[in-house]
Amino acid sequence: MWRQLQRSRSAQLGLGILTVFALCGLLAPVLAPYDPYASDLEKSLRPPSREHWLGTDELGRDILSRILYGARLSMVIGAIAVGIGVVLGVPIGLLSGYFGGWADLLAQRAMDVLLAFPSTVLAILMVVILGVGLQNVMIAVGVVSVPTYARLVRAQVLSLKEQTFVEAARALGAGTARILFRHLLPNTGAVLIVQTTLQVASAILSAAALGFLGLGVQQPTAEWGAMLSSARQYIQLAPHTLVFPGLAILFTVLGFNLFGDGLRDALDPRLRL
Amino acid sequence: MWRYILKRLLLAVPVLFGVSVVVFVAIRRIPGDPAQIMAGQAATQEVVEEIRRSLGLDQPLPVQYLYFLRNLLRGDLGRSLFNGAPVVEELAQRFPRTVRLAFASLLVATFIGVPAGIAAATHRLSWVDTLVMVLALAGVSVPVFWLGLNLILVFSVRLGWLPAFGYETGRHLILPSVTLGVASAAVIARMTRSSMLEVLGQDYVRTARAKGLPERSVVYRHALRNALIPVVTILGLQLGTLLSGAVLTETVFAWPGIGRLLVEAVLARDYPVVQGTILLIATTFVVLNVAVDILYAFLDPRIRYT
Repeated sequence: MWRQLQRSRSAQLGLGILTVFALCGLLAPVLAPYDPYASDLEKSLRPPSREHWLGTDELGRDILSRILYGARLSMVIGAIAVGIGVVLGVPIGLLSGYFGGWADLLAQRAMDVLLAFPSTVLAILMVVILGVGLQNVMIAVGVVSVPTYARLVRAQVLSLKEQTFVEAARALGAGTARILFRHLLPNTGAVLIVQTTLQVASAILSAAALGFLGLGVQQPTAEWGAMLSSARQYIQLAPHTLVFPGLAILFTVLGFNLFGDGLRDALDPRLRL
Repeated sequence: MWRYILKRLLLAVPVLFGVSVVVFVAIRRIPGDPAQIMAGQAATQEVVEEIRRSLGLDQPLPVQYLYFLRNLLRGDLGRSLFNGAPVVEELAQRFPRTVRLAFASLLVATFIGVPAGIAAATHRLSWVDTLVMVLALAGVSVPVFWLGLNLILVFSVRLGWLPAFGYETGRHLILPSVTLGVASAAVIARMTRSSMLEVLGQDYVRTARAKGLPERSVVYRHALRNALIPVVTILGLQLGTLLSGAVLTETVFAWPGIGRLLVEAVLARDYPVVQGTILLIATTFVVLNVAVDILYAFLDPRIRYT
């Protein structure tokens, strides 16, 4: 599998982009030329220059610095939102798939109800209940991803549990917990990793969407979606405030999707050419 | 076949119930007292109590849910806290506009996505394939609201060719539907390509080629028909996604549909409207999914016997 991955140019490209993203986020305090919150109204809406490589926003804050700190924020959001999805969704899928019967039926209906809401709408609904702000955005986006994980893991478990190695384990006296954790879960690992990569991409987009609508991370925090929201009014005067945060979102999400796709192709036995 | 349809319809009922419960509970879990909100800050305790009684808020929660359900089935979704208009009226007025946008976007998405996917599949591993795949990936990764704003920047502000806001004429529909259609086109292109590739690898295609049929005939008369089956279901599902992705697009283009209504209502804390809009969107989504499943059964005979 690793050799396949090495051969996939898209996965490599994706990984490259992700590395840049991770470095930006982790090293933001070091790399950022200015304080992302330092506003200087005299310098507002300046186009890119040697002093401010990406220009300044409506409050005179350096856009490059805000984008770097935004990368940091997006990393956190992506990680925690997906973490919530995995921690809640995987056990539901495992138990639902393995035990079947009423538990399965109930869990599946519950997942269906969650999936009845388009993801943006569900995220908005959660924000309505919980309120706005970083923490609630992470919870909202995390909950939205739960059904995806539950279904994925369940499908895997359903196809795996009839296989011989499970029967063998049972014959050797393995208890349910052991079968679940030592045999079934590791075998769903590959699919889970692919899904997680793609899910992070989705989480970043959702968080940005909420930020754009004013329902997510609030000002003055440097979040890419919120930056685009304020940039709307200055689209004629200062288009650079619009272009750069959006490009940041685009490239980051692209990186995750590229890598996830490459990973998926590498793991798919049918595509072995 | 009919058993399948019946089964599918029956499965939808508990989901719809679940949706109504979730929305009901969610709206009532919001911090704050709706009676107080309606009465305003300066109202006396008696007035607040009066309102609470009239809204049925003094009843236990399950009883409130039954009232809610009864009203729902009667077509009463309450009144807007903002302007007092019946929620159903507002929804009825705005929903068709969103539907218009969604259909236009689906058309755009189909006319770009399907040919692109076919081209990529039939020219596999060539530059056409690579180009389509790269564009499709970009299409799925781009934030839809950013794309919309950029299109406004280029076509409205800089070039002045197309209007940015409003919904009166057909020209007003162009930018929003392209914006919304792009992400869908990307998904459709990828799906069409992989479906075509799978079909083209099948034995009956090999047979057709062995018979000496021209490649064109093989592709369009034999392969395409079967390759399109999953694509049709994706189209149906995309319609559902479009109805919701419209939330962002409508906000960007000030398109007066239900997506924008939802955002406005949330920001204004107009909870009856929020409740009604989410119910409508979720119900539409469920109905569409059921319709797509049934359509799939018609198109792919293999499904009917599971």
